This record gives sequence, C-alpha cells and structure tokens, in this order.
Amino acid sequence: MKLAKTVRSLVLCSMCSFFAVSAMAATTVVGSGASFPAPIYTTWFKQFSRANKGVQINYQAKGSGAGIRDFIDHTVDFAASDAAMTEKQIAKVPEGVQLLPMTAGEIVLAYNLKGVKDLQLSREAYTGIFLGKIKKWNDPVLVKANPGVTMPDEEITVVSRADSSGTSYVFTQHLAAISPEFAKNPGYGKTVNWPSAIKMVKAPKNDGVTATIKQTPGAIGYIEYGYAKMTKQPMAKLENKAGKFVAPGLEGGQAALANAKLPENMIAWITDPAGDQSYPIATYTWMMFYKKYSDPAKAEILRNMVAYCLDHGQKIADKIGYIPLPANVVEKVRAASANIQ
Amino acid sequence: MAHPTTTLPQEAASLSQPPSKMDIIFNKSFRSLTYAFTWAMVLLLAAIVIKIGIKAIPAIERHGLAFLTTTTWDVNSQHFGILPEIWGTLYSSLLALILGGFFGITIAIFLTQDFLPHRVEVVLKSIIELLAAIPSVVYGLWGIFVLIPLIRPLADFLHTHLGWLPWFSTSLSGPGMFPAALVLSIMILPTIAAISQDAFRAIPHKTKEAAFGMGTTRWEAILKVMLPAASGGIFGALVLGLGRALGETMALAMLVGNSNQISLSVFAPANTLASLLALNFPEAAEYEVSVLMYAACILLLITLLVNIAGTAIIAMTGSGAKK
Amino acid sequence: MKHAQTAENEFHLPRLERQPFEPRALKSIVLSSITVAAAITACIPLFSVLIMLLYRGGKRLSLEVFYQLPPTAFETGGGFGNAIVGTLFMVGIAALISVPFGILAAIFLAELGPDSKVAITARFCAKIMTGLPSILAGVFAYAAVVVVFKTYSAWAGGIALSLLMIPVVLLTAEEAIKMVPRAMKEAAVGIGCTPAQAMVKVILPVALPGIITGVVLAVARAAGETAPLLFTALFSDYWLKAQEPTASLAVLIYNYSGMPFENQIELAWAASLVLVLMVFLLNIISRTLGGRKKI
Repeated sequence: MKLAKTVRSLVLCSMCSFFAVSAMAATTVVGSGASFPAPIYTTWFKQFSRANKGVQINYQAKGSGAGIRDFIDHTVDFAASDAAMTEKQIAKVPEGVQLLPMTAGEIVLAYNLKGVKDLQLSREAYTGIFLGKIKKWNDPVLVKANPGVTMPDEEITVVSRADSSGTSYVFTQHLAAISPEFAKNPGYGKTVNWPSAIKMVKAPKNDGVTATIKQTPGAIGYIEYGYAKMTKQPMAKLENKAGKFVAPGLEGGQAALANAKLPENMIAWITDPAGDQSYPIATYTWMMFYKKYSDPAKAEILRNMVAYCLDHGQKIADKIGYIPLPANVVEKVRAASANIQ
Repeated sequence: MAHPTTTLPQEAASLSQPPSKMDIIFNKSFRSLTYAFTWAMVLLLAAIVIKIGIKAIPAIERHGLAFLTTTTWDVNSQHFGILPEIWGTLYSSLLALILGGFFGITIAIFLTQDFLPHRVEVVLKSIIELLAAIPSVVYGLWGIFVLIPLIRPLADFLHTHLGWLPWFSTSLSGPGMFPAALVLSIMILPTIAAISQDAFRAIPHKTKEAAFGMGTTRWEAILKVMLPAASGGIFGALVLGLGRALGETMALAMLVGNSNQISLSVFAPANTLASLLALNFPEAAEYEVSVLMYAACILLLITLLVNIAGTAIIAMTGSGAKK
Repeated sequence: MKHAQTAENEFHLPRLERQPFEPRALKSIVLSSITVAAAITACIPLFSVLIMLLYRGGKRLSLEVFYQLPPTAFETGGGFGNAIVGTLFMVGIAALISVPFGILAAIFLAELGPDSKVAITARFCAKIMTGLPSILAGVFAYAAVVVVFKTYSAWAGGIALSLLMIPVVLLTAEEAIKMVPRAMKEAAVGIGCTPAQAMVKVILPVALPGIITGVVLAVARAAGETAPLLFTALFSDYWLKAQEPTASLAVLIYNYSGMPFENQIELAWAASLVLVLMVFLLNIISRTLGGRKKI
C-alpha cells in the first residue's frame, strides 16, 4: 500500500514536471459559460490555437449562469451566455463589459410518432401542446394542420429540459410572445413552472431530452437545431408570423436574423420574426469580455480570437448546425471588438 | 475497548525494555495527530455548513418554513417550495436502500460464506468494486436504453392488474421513480456489498468454527453468529450506501423524470433534492443560488436525521452487537 | 409403525449424519437457494451495465486514445491522453489528502477515544458528509480555492475530490480497525507496545484489506464525479499544467456524451471504460502490494 502510493506519487511527479516543462511557453486564455454553443466554440478555439502557435484557449461549458458568475469573480478571461447579462450584473464588473454576439441557433420541436414523417404544427397547435390544452395526437387542431396524414390516437408526452437552460429561456420567450395566455402563466425564463395539465417528463440537457423522446412513444420536446440535425431527429415544421410553415435550417434561420435590429449594446432578442421565410424560434448567443485587461497581450489575443471567429469561424457554422451571422452583424461585432483593451 | 496508557510493569523489564523516550514521544504525537484530524473532520463539515448557510440566509429569511411545506418551484413568481423534492429524495433513497441493502448483503453472504471457491470469490469481489467506478452518466444511459424498455411490460402489467394499490396507480411515464430507484439501488450495491464482505471476512475463523462445532447448520451460523458479529460493519456499509443514494445527481436526473409532484405511485415521475441542485445551480441567478443553498442545508439535515433514526433503530432492535 | 420404532431406538443415540429433511436443514437449504438466486439476480443488471460499457467503449479503445488530445467537431480520431493524466493527478492529490486524514481520524474514532464527545461528533459529521451532493463539494472548493487564487487549477480539483473521499475512507477505516480481534490488540499491548506502536505495527496491517476497500471505493467514486471538477478544474484541451484549468475523464465524459458527434460519443464511452479499468488496476495493484492473507 505504502509502496503503491510512493510509486504512484513518483510517477505523477515525473509526469507533471514533464508536462510543466513542455508547455511552459504557451499563453492560456480561459473561458466558461453556455453549453449551447460549446461544440462550435471548442472547434473555433482549437483551430485558432493551431493557427497561432503558443496560444491555448480553454473553454468549458458549465452553463450561462455559472459563466457569468465566473466572469464577475474574475476567475476566467471571458465568458459565454445564451441570455445576455443584466444591468445589475454588468455593474458588478468595474472594468466594464463588452458583449458580442458570436453565432446564432434555432430551437426545434423533435417528436416520436410512428408513421408520421413530416409533422406540421400551427401556432395554435404547439402553444396548445405546451399549455396542456392539446393532449392527444389526433386532436382536431393537429389533424387540421396535417392534411392527408392519419394522426394516431395516442397521448402526447411532452419532454422538457430538467436543467435550467438558455434553450428553455428562448423557447418559452417565443411562446410567451405569440400567446398572451402563455405569457401570463407560466411566463418565460430559464426554468418555468409548466402547467400541471401537461403529461410531462423532464430530462437534463439536449442529449437527455433527445434520448427520452426516442424512448417514449408519442413524445415531443424542444431541442437545439444543431443537436437535432447531427443526430437526425425528426423535426416539426412550424408556422411563423406570416402564417407559413417553415422547416428549421439555414435559410429559415438567416431570414429570422435578418429581421432583427442589433442595438448599440449588442443585445437583441428575436422573439417572433416577421417574413415569409423566417423560422420562428431563433436566437443569438453572446461572448462577454472585460473592456480592460491588466495584460495587454491577453487583450490582443482575445481581439484576434474574435476576428478569427468572425472570418473563418462563420464559414463552418452551418456545418455544425449553427446559423452564420449576417454580414452587417459581422461588421458591427468587428467594430465593437476594438473596445477590448 | 483496550485502552492502555500506562507503561509496562517493572518485572517485565528484564525480558523487554520499557518504552524509550522516542517511543513515548512518538506515542504522544501520534495520539495528538489522530486527535487533530478528528477535530479537522468536525471543522471541515462546520466550514461547509457555514459557507452554505451564509449563502442561504436571504432565502431562509424570506421563505422560512413554508419552503419545506409548499410544492411550487417557480422562478418567475419567486415561489419556492421543496416538499416534492424532500419526498422524492426520501422515497427513492429508502427504496434503493431496501433493494440495494438486501441484494448487497446477500451478495456479501454469497461471496464470503463458502458458497464458492475462494479464488472465484476474490475475482467477483474485485469486479463488484470496479462497478463503483462506472460514471453515473453510464448508469443513466443504461437506465434509459436498457432498463426502461425492459420494465415497461412489467409496469403495464402491474398497473392494469394491481392498479388499485397506491404504488401502481399510474402508468409508467418512462422516466420515473421506479427506474430511478432501481438504478440507484444498483449504483449503491457495490459499496454495500464490498464493505459488508470485509465485515464478514474480518470475523475470526474460530467464531464460525465454534458455531459449526456446536452443530449449527450453515444458516443458523450465518443468521445467529455471523450476521450479528458483522452487524457493525454492515451498518456502516448501509450508511455509506444511503449517503451515496441521497447525494446522487446525474443518473437520477436522467431517470427520475424531474417532476414536482408527490405521488405514492412508483411509476410516476418525481424529483430529488440533489438533482434539483445540480440541474439549477449552473444557470441560477443570485437569489436563486441562495434558495438552492437553503435546499442544500435541508438535504444535509435529512442526512443527519436519517442517520440518527438509523442509529436509533439499530440500538432499539439490539442487534448492534459490538465486539 | 416400523418408522416409529427406529425413531424410538435412536432416541438415546442421535444420528449424527446430515438429515436433509429435518426442518433445520430444510430451512438452511431454502435460504441457500434464495441467496444463490438473489445473488444471481443482482448480478444480472451489474453485468449488463458492464457488458454495455465493454461493448460500446471497447469499440473505440485503441492505443491512440491514450496519448492524443481531444478532437474537435468533425475531426476523426483523437483521444484523451490529457484527461487521463489530469484524472490521475487530481485523484492522486485527493488521495494524498484524504487517505492520511481519514485513517488518522479513524484511528482516534476506533481505538484512542471511541466514546469521547469529539469522536461521536466527528463520526456523525462523517456520516452526514457522505450525503453531501458532489456539486456542493465543487461549490465549496470553488469558494475556498478558486475564488481566492482567481484561477481554476488541478489543485482545486484535487481538494474538491478529497472532500468526497474523506468520509468514505474515514468510516470504512474505522470499521476495519474495529473489526481487528481484540485478542490481537491486547497481545500487542501485552508484549509492551505503546498504543501507537500497537496501532502502526499490528492493528493497521491487520485492518489493511478493509482500509484498502474503503480507499478503492472512495477513489472509484471520486474518479467518476463530474460536478466537483466542473467548478474547480474546469476542462482543458491541452496537456496538464497544475496551475491552470485541467482536463479530467469525468468532465470529458460529461461533455462528450452530450454532443451530437459520433466520434465524441464513442470517445466518451471509451473514456468511461478507461476510467473503470484504471480503478480496476488500482484495486489490483494496491491489493497485491498491501493485501495480506486474511486473519
């Protein structure tokens, strides 16, 4: 036992001295926050540090809220969030905060229904489901929205996020925007108190929701487009503000973004985009930087990183299931990134 | 308990020496070292409780005891109540403890009381200890993809034929109390089995031999001699198993359904305190953190109360035969 | 009639051979079969989990995963060498803290002052701490270490994990020490050992198998825990630097199992398998080096 411990500590010591020496030269930048953009962020950062020798960027998805807490505690160099910081939170950072939208995504309704391939959901239908008013798949409202499809006589099981998440925030914000009843109760937020009339189970994170939908006949739930696309989930077409049924995807998402004005503080919510082609549920996601860094070299690395994400990064966004920022937004973000000093 | 503090009697000095000065210093410092770490254990928990408690104060002031008796968790209207979580925590842990405890102790008996050749026993013991290392996510995935489809027919059968019993009164929702408690019991089983096995192994051979010598059957020896002799260790194993069941998050979060309702039905979705904490903390705003820390204090209090109750039960049944 | 007679004849000289249909023997047989059945039933799910892990993790297991760095989306190949090193390092720190801590406190609890007030309090504290949700260990270590030093680090991760290990080591060590037959303790003292010598030279070696079980279980739990590390060590795509965010298998599994990419999901399974194998190895090594023949 003693020997085992000695051997182990010896091995460990030699290992860490080896790695400490080999990695001495690199500058490390640390970020944490939202899990929704984590797959694309980690891809960007890894490519960036390959292109820039001696720079390492660590990003860990631990939740937007935890990222903001880290940012306020100064334990990270930058943070990422699906829901932008509030005024009160920004006031806690003496150096000032620069928010930059870096990419955007959509939220889709994935379902598990034998024999139904292209489910279409009218606004009445999906608000009804999430208010607990529509409880069966052969409800007249659903039948009406899906002409020519035999809807099964099955109960609807709604799967929602068990963890507090930006995805729930954006989704419920959209529902609240299109249904006054939903806005009143339950309202919107990172977690909401869903109406008790819904037959609902909750699961953590995208993969939990997706797995639960897969394992539960008659289930429907909301997940991120990127996740649904990569794992090939059946996704419903949703009726947008203009009354058209739009499938989630690049065109629908970009049309939705084009309909949102980005103000000076870079915080814009797209709660219910207009336009025939717009997919109704889309959102930006942000990175947060300090306006003043004690180490100018770090600030420069961060500016370069933002520039890299805007130039090279946007090109691969669609492939990973995110919506590239529209050109005018890219320019605005580039200009604002000069505030990172 | 042997508790000698005096040095040897003089007569022995011819055969052996009295403890040297070094021995005495070593003895004293060893004693104070163990004493210091015992205090450190107390202070460590105190530090944790204080740290959590301070953060919880705003929530305690605002919600008071109503926090424990209401059932809504609504961040928008700032109504917070954790009664369903308290219920779910106790229900799932006790179910898991009963199942895991029964099977864990049975495995321990099976692997120590000469049912199998010694070599096989050792191999199986190592495999069971290794199962304690499987990350909870894996148990969660196994629960969703293997266990739930497997128990669905059984659950449907129980619901249709025995639906009048409160435990089977709802149909299986997929994730719910039953699959969660089953997986939980499987997760704590290695802990209980491994420690109970050690408890059985540590009983001197002659104890068992004496029992057999008096003409007991194998089971009379196990039930009347071995189990009481090992009861201290087994109780310790159950405490650790229960602790893990109470504090488990990820696997439960994937399987329990996370629904704020109180139901006796094992097929209904439920929620637990630990999974509430883990799922809401990462995104929590300042005040919500305070509420969650309040919930954490309650969880620690529950652990304390359950342990006190357990000790009391053991003391009352009198089976806690201490050696 | 004849039967009754034989019974009467043998009244003075009971038959000593086993009588399988005597109620006591029957009870024993029934209980034995129940035990065997229950043990087998309990093993089915355990082995099912293990087989699923071996099947899905084994598919991707190769030498590469041990020395390569984690891949990004759409990259093929890659591994988690840095996470293995990170887990070894952090669990190592946690063990260096919690094993002496737990064993020393356990000695006091079991031998030196088992009924003193502080021992009773400490025992209860340890029992309560076993129910500490892992996320709270992370939150505490975050406030105590990360915020103070303003950086995520492997050290903070190790400290967070030690919080989970201490009560397990302590309680199992206490039981193991208590289970050492009193005769041995008395014999040690009887030949002139001081209590400390008796403890170090006689009682601890005898209690070692039980203590090892506790340490292995504690390490097993700590190695698989995500939440404490998420708040203290974060993650890193690069090799270990102890003062900076550090990769670990548990966080890698947590990250990758939730990703929509086939390659990452496969790696998450392989990482789970590697984690379990590492604990298995530790178990075997510590038992061959430290395990004595049972008493």
